[in-house]
Amino acid sequence: MPADELCLAMVTDLDSGFAEVVRTHERVVYSVALRLSGRPADAEDLAAEAFLRAYQALRGYHGERIASLRLRPWLLTIVRNTARNTARDAARRPDPPPAVEPAEPPARGASVEQQVERDDVARELGLVLVQLPEAQRVAVVLRHVVGLPTSEVAEVLGCPDGTAKSHISRGLHRLRALLTEPAGDGLVAGRTLR
Amino acid sequence: MMFNDLDSVTDALAGLTATPVPGLTDRIFGSWLAAPSRLGATFVAFTGAGVQFVRSAESVRGDAAAFGDAYRDRFGRPLRPADRAPAGLLVALAGRPTPVRLDLRGLSDFERDVLTATSRIPVGQIRPYGWVAREAGRPRAVRAVGSVLARNPVPLLIPCHRVVRADGLLGDYMFGSTHKEQLLRAEQMNVDEVAALARQGVHFVGSDTTGVVCFPTCPPARRITPAHRHGFRTAAAALAAGYRPCHHCRPTGPLPQRPPPTPGAVGD
Repeated sequence: MPADELCLAMVTDLDSGFAEVVRTHERVVYSVALRLSGRPADAEDLAAEAFLRAYQALRGYHGERIASLRLRPWLLTIVRNTARNTARDAARRPDPPPAVEPAEPPARGASVEQQVERDDVARELGLVLVQLPEAQRVAVVLRHVVGLPTSEVAEVLGCPDGTAKSHISRGLHRLRALLTEPAGDGLVAGRTLR
Repeated sequence: MMFNDLDSVTDALAGLTATPVPGLTDRIFGSWLAAPSRLGATFVAFTGAGVQFVRSAESVRGDAAAFGDAYRDRFGRPLRPADRAPAGLLVALAGRPTPVRLDLRGLSDFERDVLTATSRIPVGQIRPYGWVAREAGRPRAVRAVGSVLARNPVPLLIPCHRVVRADGLLGDYMFGSTHKEQLLRAEQMNVDEVAALARQGVHFVGSDTTGVVCFPTCPPARRITPAHRHGFRTAAAALAAGYRPCHHCRPTGPLPQRPPPTPGAVGD
């Protein structure tokens, strides 16, 4: 269902329309949630929480406002804000014990070797992504993991297109630097990683 | 794999989309159904974690949409019709004590403590609001207990109809005091006897053979023969007369742990 029809479906019947919204956008929302939180269990919590917040906001909106929503960037803005709130709350509590990243579910049609290599790459990339500064990480994930156009990335970041482009570009360069440096010293270009 | 140029990085990033595990929708939506109960038809909403909300159809004038709105206002979740009832729900609504998983997320610690204490009141018995306050660890919060129970998300499953006024009147109920009395009579509670005792100023009953004082609906109290039965206005008066509080109904509130048996006292 196209985005404007989804919005109209929610104006007609919020709950059944929203079920359709979840079905249509859960893959993008979950993919972004996974790359922002870093762990599948946290990503499920984050995706569910973001959808619930979206629903609660929609309940307070007039039909006109719902009908004119730009759904995908709007949802992803909520994912980003929810992730930031969660990170802020977590920073105020002691760290949970470190968890082992479970393997990603295997994709169909790949040989075992290809799959193993892909898993390794995914794991390494996932670990490095969470080391980027927040705005760069969001920008890179939105543009290159889920393939949003730059204008939507800017909308989620709440900045002009040019700024979004520079976040994407700096994020990519930083990613490559992190991926190619010898592992273990925890330092990149003289800066301490956070 | 080497990341010598940016293209190899963006290619790898494009492979990072992930498929959510099935069941994300289940974590977002609540499910609702209509079910029969001791109070007639009810509407029930639940999540994967357990039952969240129960209201009699009568209390929303039979309007499922009004029930749905009340649920959404309170829990902030979308609703969809359920395929089937959660385990134990129908049996519990019919009045047989059955464990049913409850989803009490979003309640304060105090609210949860009040509901937990209330859930321990056995079938056919009543306790005053002050008793619940003591059991919940906040003996002075008697009025607050009343407020929490008036908003009980899961009446019948957590038997707030068994919590009554200290003066022996049954008091209010979210679905009306008539229904409260009807539920208690259906549980074989000695409603008339308790009311008669209250009119005489008796709220606690002791046995001079066991030396134990109880609430009048506690089974040991109901078994005391008239010759050995002594009524008290307050639990303190019974204690002053040398009675000890019953370990079942705990008329003076949570009791200190009994001291463990002295080692070597038995079997030497």
